[in-house]
Amino acid sequence: MISFILNNQLIKTTQAGGSTVLDFIRYQKRFTGTKIGCREGDCGACTILVGDFENNELVYRSMTSCLMPLGNANSKHIVSVEGINMNGLSPVQQAMVDENGTQCGFCTIGFVMSLTGFVLNSQTKNYNEAIAAIDGNICRCTGYKSIERAASILSEKIKDKPHNQTIEWLVEKNFVPAYFINVKERLVQLRQQLTAEACELKAITQKLVLGGGTDLVVQKALKVKKSSLTHVFDDEKLKGIKFENGQCHIGAAVTVTMFAESALIKSFFPGLSKHTKLISSTPIRNMATMAGNLVNASPIGDMAIFFLALNSDIVLSKAGKTRTIKLKDFYKGYKQLDKDEDEIIEKIIFTAPQNSHFNFEKVSKRTHLDIASVNTACQFQLNDKGHIDCIHLSAGGVAPFPKYLNETCAFLTGKKITAAILKDAIEILNSEVAPISDARGTADYKRLLLRQLFLAHFTKQEEAVKEVLSV
Amino acid sequence: MITDDNKKITKNTAQDAAVWQVGNIDAANHVTGKSVYVDDIPVMEGMLFVKIFDSPIAHGKIKNIDFAAASKMDGIIKIFSYKDIPGQNQIGGIIPDEPFLADTEVHFRGQPVLLIVAENEDAAEEALKEIKIEIEQLPIITNPREAFAAGHLLSPSRKFEMGDIQTAFKNCKHIFEGRAETGGQEQLYLETQGAYAYPTEHDSVKIFSSTQGPTQVQRTTAKVLGVGMNKVEVDVPRLGGGFGGKEDQASFWGTAAAMVSWILKKPAKCIPHRMEDMRMTGKRNPYSSDYKIGLDDDLNIIAYEATYYQNGGAAADLSPAIIERTLFHATNSYRIPNVKVTAHSCKTNLPPNTAFRGFGGPQGMFVLESAIDQAAKILQVDAELIQRKNLMDDGYEFPYGQIVKDCQAKQCWDEVKELYDVPSVKKEIIDFNKQNKLYKKGMSLMPVCFGISFTNTMMNQARALVHVYTDGSVGVSTGAVEMGQGVNSKMLQVAASSFGIKPERVKLETTNTTRVANTSPSAASSTTDLNGKALQDACNQIKKRLFDFIKTELTDEEECDIEIKNEVVYINDEASVFNWTNLVQQAFLKRINLSAKGHYATPIINFDKSIEKGHPFAYHVYGTALTTVTVDCLRGTYEIDDVKVVHDFGSSMNRAVDLGQCEGGIVQGIGWMTMEEVIYNDEGRLLSNALSTYKIPDVYSVPKNIDVKFLYTDGHAMAILKSKAVGEPPLMYGIGAFFAIRNAVLAFNPSSAISYSAPITPEKVLMGLYNPAKEKNH
Repeated sequence: MISFILNNQLIKTTQAGGSTVLDFIRYQKRFTGTKIGCREGDCGACTILVGDFENNELVYRSMTSCLMPLGNANSKHIVSVEGINMNGLSPVQQAMVDENGTQCGFCTIGFVMSLTGFVLNSQTKNYNEAIAAIDGNICRCTGYKSIERAASILSEKIKDKPHNQTIEWLVEKNFVPAYFINVKERLVQLRQQLTAEACELKAITQKLVLGGGTDLVVQKALKVKKSSLTHVFDDEKLKGIKFENGQCHIGAAVTVTMFAESALIKSFFPGLSKHTKLISSTPIRNMATMAGNLVNASPIGDMAIFFLALNSDIVLSKAGKTRTIKLKDFYKGYKQLDKDEDEIIEKIIFTAPQNSHFNFEKVSKRTHLDIASVNTACQFQLNDKGHIDCIHLSAGGVAPFPKYLNETCAFLTGKKITAAILKDAIEILNSEVAPISDARGTADYKRLLLRQLFLAHFTKQEEAVKEVLSV
Repeated sequence: MITDDNKKITKNTAQDAAVWQVGNIDAANHVTGKSVYVDDIPVMEGMLFVKIFDSPIAHGKIKNIDFAAASKMDGIIKIFSYKDIPGQNQIGGIIPDEPFLADTEVHFRGQPVLLIVAENEDAAEEALKEIKIEIEQLPIITNPREAFAAGHLLSPSRKFEMGDIQTAFKNCKHIFEGRAETGGQEQLYLETQGAYAYPTEHDSVKIFSSTQGPTQVQRTTAKVLGVGMNKVEVDVPRLGGGFGGKEDQASFWGTAAAMVSWILKKPAKCIPHRMEDMRMTGKRNPYSSDYKIGLDDDLNIIAYEATYYQNGGAAADLSPAIIERTLFHATNSYRIPNVKVTAHSCKTNLPPNTAFRGFGGPQGMFVLESAIDQAAKILQVDAELIQRKNLMDDGYEFPYGQIVKDCQAKQCWDEVKELYDVPSVKKEIIDFNKQNKLYKKGMSLMPVCFGISFTNTMMNQARALVHVYTDGSVGVSTGAVEMGQGVNSKMLQVAASSFGIKPERVKLETTNTTRVANTSPSAASSTTDLNGKALQDACNQIKKRLFDFIKTELTDEEECDIEIKNEVVYINDEASVFNWTNLVQQAFLKRINLSAKGHYATPIINFDKSIEKGHPFAYHVYGTALTTVTVDCLRGTYEIDDVKVVHDFGSSMNRAVDLGQCEGGIVQGIGWMTMEEVIYNDEGRLLSNALSTYKIPDVYSVPKNIDVKFLYTDGHAMAILKSKAVGEPPLMYGIGAFFAIRNAVLAFNPSSAISYSAPITPEKVLMGLYNPAKEKNH
């Protein structure tokens, strides 16, 4: 039984936990405002808002309902456009109308929901944040300019939005219906009730482990729908970001958003928001989990590349037994992992990069909401003589799995960064990788691009880089 | 941002007062999710789902196909093959060369072979996996030049000629030759193709279809079912985007749902998954073209020759009409006295390519811009010098015989130059490029001249049905399909302004073949003109009856001026006691007909294919765009900084809608030129087969700034309310992005061998920045 609040209604359903929220709201509940555009999280036409507790506060996040497993809706507030419609138009809807931000209308609801999510977030109110909120929404008609104008009006309208009692303020201003005020309380009650029921049940661990669904539901929707699942997305044991003895511990079910918004993580990675902006889109980052990205073992997995350059460890567990291995040893071949079938990743541990330089680079056909042609991350530390004390370098899109570039790292260790050294390093780099031609680029291009992005890690050593490029 | 022309706005006040500004009348429904698309229509009990089993091989003979096991699976009702087709196995739109379901051969990967009918979608998907097909593979051709060499043509080649090209080239001081290529483009309407059908009385069927061409769906279904067109009703509530992709190719899905429904007497829905849609349907035709351009000492273009090899795919679809428009727009806005352009529509083993906004025009324009750019680069002059010098004027004869009239080419160009201060922009770019090593800027100017009308004269006709109800409310049906282009908003404006009543009295009905028959598809930028004029005709008929009624029944005067303004009836400029509501009521009591069917056929236009001359277009639309970009020369990525346009809207009747068409068209054009890359491998398999691998512009990749200046002109009498057609022309401004990026690459690496091959992806940019002289085309 899955229980949640859909708009203003309590839902209890026995539908499969691996079926999608999209199909449930459209075809079971006939809320047809939510549209089907691609069923792979790449267009945003099915965007909904999901209200869940973060630090005891009810926080709404945008998610693509096409990828969201119904099981992950349990004990949350699911909001479709029908759940924000009132007698008149909300200021979000009105701004879209006034600026002609809608043409054929098919993507429009997704934009309305994403912008409503931006409004509901107590932390966001400026124009750039409004645009960031629609980074997962594709429109084929407008060219976005009218939507940008709507976003601009909207950010002006919420400039006085308070950090506290945000929902009350928004209700007063007609951004959302009045029932939103009581949702928090209703969810608390629902959770108490569910906890009581859960105690009576024995935990059944099924073999198919499902996190945010952002990859499995794209690749194997029917299989996920028909399987018995272990939902780990809301597993408290797998959540949390901790700092102990100089090390960061990232729970397996931490989402990319949680990672990106963590004050702790941000303190170690000053350029973090620039990096995470290149990783998928807001709704996908709201759903995608760390461990999901790692076990997917995609050769261009962004978080895998990120963590490889931090020389991370991962903790694997199975029936209460845990073991810790290096992430770089986790990948054995194309989609081959050092992992038993019923083993799961519990957490990722890395040493906080204090005194070292860290950089993440990614180039894809479209800069945002796209899969990398090549991505790479690098962490290095220079000693007082300007020599590299320690370096970790990773690259994606150039090997059958996310690649830790052992030999290049070994070569660069102890070296001073000069044009000649960089050129030699590029030679070694090239011998370590074997890109293939595909929809994301030819092998020749990926080699050249890897060279360029490798050099981008050293832009502080500007003269050396320019010299290499001028050849 | 809209830049207004204050000098001329006064000129339009009269019209602005008469035409209500309504914006987009669907907007409030769109933002609340109340608008109804095919998949939102409440379905009936017992509805069946239709999935397509499509060919996994691009060319071959079907040796065996085994679906016995699949037929017996849970939830499977029936599997139909070509043998079950009641009528003809034929869905070709303009040439009957495309089977509905493959019979003994397959000609492209993704070609429909079987219809799987199931109680639910999951069952159909499971069944798909159990179908075994054995195909003896035949040679696969994906390249149009190879197809041409092998003699595979979809239709006879065409040639437009003017002047004496051979003599002209002999007299040219400079001659340049080269090759230019443009890629395909997936329409990527956010709503996929699809249809829902149910059986109706008298062995008939009703189809709700996501189509730009309701009549085309009706005609095709009738043919496949072997019944009269009167037994097939097609209803179109609205489209979640079309862009040409649902002009001809919606027919398959409509027919599939209808055939299942008609045979099994059950409601049936056939809506493909995005990936199925992408691999089964055609896209914008890729072109590979050769050009030769000749200039005199003063940079006048004296002669231009081009040969276009159009990748048509496996069936004609609309490709012969598309390549015809390539010929019509081969010389774009330029006055070239000697022209010879030749077009080959080549048959390859790809899904039949089809209409996409611009319809062959952009492909043709790109070739000439490449030729001019090459000339400029070698002669070491700015391309804009050659462009401006050769823009046309009134009186010039197009290569197809039409005489240029009301030309705005130079006016648009000069206004761009002045308003956006092109000399300063150029200087800023030069300075920026001097100061920055790893970032380079580039710019370009792109003029556009686009002809309005279907080039097939016969299609330039439309009808509209108007009912005035006894309470004064008005129902309007036309042949126009609302797909986001705002045609319903404009129809409402036409009806309200014709009657002199408030817009809220008017309701736009769905597009339905039983109310308005024999329609042309909503395409060619002409939908509003054609249907609007037909609607005016219908409104005028009713108005005339009402006015005659006033004259005979309510006044003593035989001759008087009657007018309805803001719902009040004025007789000889004086307000009478009558308003719209009581006039309508009284007229009805006197048994006056309050309904009318309007008809419009564009006058003057003609075209004689036997000599390739005539006057095919009602009028032309003009404009010019300035594009500036910045290239990151370390990463090979780029950003579009500005697109600044002066566009000839005539006397725009709906500025919100027109601005939206302009901005949206520009971004779509830029997408085609930059990141949108349709990739097939040598086996004819689509690699860019999902939104994860085929990228269209997102909010971060569009130009940081788009300025559109409305060039107010008197408009054109053949444009509805003198408001010129706006659907397609702005797309071609996007071509400017290609040349601006290319120029930035050359600023970094002057010896780059980057070719005239679009899209100019980050890959091509990076290779162009660092790998000179690898493949040299010129």
